[in-house]
Amino acid sequence: MEKTVANADAALAGIKDGMTLMVGGFGLCGIPENLIGALVRNGVKGLTCISNNAGVDDFGLGLLLKQRQIKTMIASYVGENAEFERQLLSGELEVQLTPQGTLAERCRAGGAGIPAFFTPAGYGTEVAEGKETREFDGKMYVMEHWLRADFSLIKAWKGDTNGNLVYRRTARNFNPMMAMAGRITVAEVEHLVQPGEIDPDEVHTPGIFVHRIFQGSNYEKRIEQRTVRQRA
Amino acid sequence: MALDKNQMAKRIARELKDGWYVNLGIGIPTLVANHIPQGIQVTLQSENGILGMGEFPYDDEVDADLINAGKQTVTLLPGAAIFDSATSFAMIRAQKVQLTVLGAMEVADNGDIASWKIPGKMVKGMGGAMDLVASAQNIIVCMMHTNKAGESKLLKRCSLPLTGVGCVKRVLTDLGLFEVGPEGFILKECAPGVSMEEIRAKTEGRLVVPQGVKEMVV
Repeated sequence: MEKTVANADAALAGIKDGMTLMVGGFGLCGIPENLIGALVRNGVKGLTCISNNAGVDDFGLGLLLKQRQIKTMIASYVGENAEFERQLLSGELEVQLTPQGTLAERCRAGGAGIPAFFTPAGYGTEVAEGKETREFDGKMYVMEHWLRADFSLIKAWKGDTNGNLVYRRTARNFNPMMAMAGRITVAEVEHLVQPGEIDPDEVHTPGIFVHRIFQGSNYEKRIEQRTVRQRA
Repeated sequence: MALDKNQMAKRIARELKDGWYVNLGIGIPTLVANHIPQGIQVTLQSENGILGMGEFPYDDEVDADLINAGKQTVTLLPGAAIFDSATSFAMIRAQKVQLTVLGAMEVADNGDIASWKIPGKMVKGMGGAMDLVASAQNIIVCMMHTNKAGESKLLKRCSLPLTGVGCVKRVLTDLGLFEVGPEGFILKECAPGVSMEEIRAKTEGRLVVPQGVKEMVV
């Protein structure tokens, strides 16, 4: 099924204030740069964003924070974003910090039709407050609920017009689970190819999970910590 | 003399066993990778989706799509594997990773650890630390013995919000190596030239100093 749309702006058709969005990426690695740019241009606000991090002050989801488009953030780590920390501490932004593995599994569960599951992460901490806990084989676990999104914004390396996706290196991270958990899943790819050009054995996300796809442009792929070694 | 960061990393590296899968946290734990003893093969796991993480890249090898959990550019070793975040934490929860080394703000003498939040002041988030400490069989906390204000980080009870309960088995600080047992922190080795008095004075939690504690070889 042909799922190609013209560009990032067209890919966001139907997005409204107050919606819940999943945004792929780990730090600035594997984030949907074109779609984030389109969200800023669109000006949609009151968003609940589910993403492992919140970018940095002037890139990634940090751009949406700066414009005050995000009302609630569900993330595991915010360490690199000063504006995020400021809005969190001042109470302007509602933040639900979630252990990283729990966040990944909640997205996976949302995409797999599993409403809840038990995990040991966070047992005995404030993350478990108000949640059901249960003992299995002598160990305590916390019940966590699935996450689903109105829109999932995904970045892949390669995709075909049927929506089959291939990720590259650690830019994969949360993208595959988030792709599964979107009511409308939009994928931006660096290389858009025709059906048949991706070996079926090499598809990471089957196209059934993807509703709209386009080839992005002008990727900046900013690096947070450029660490190198010297040649001897 | 208290240990410097590289000496701490070197000491932890001696705990590694051949064939282990190891997750190294941000900061000093990352340096452990530089000190893996000869003849020992370990596979480094990075929770953003790598098994078989290699060194930092040469300048002309830097790849924005290839970072570790500390968002540093890295390389892959031959035989490495890439996977998504759910798979990564599946292997962590299912205890396929034999050792987790991570930093902390506070550790208590009952094995509690706090590492992600100072209410009203600082919120970094827990990242993968809660998942790691809840599941790992073998956790070493690697941190300075005192905070910037000179206060002990080895406490009777953590004052900060917890990352995990009763999970820390060992703590390496710049002053010594400790095991966490029913009676509290058991000093196993002290840093070269560091006195028992200094360790006692800087340890707020219950401390056990067995007879004949050895000085650490670094």
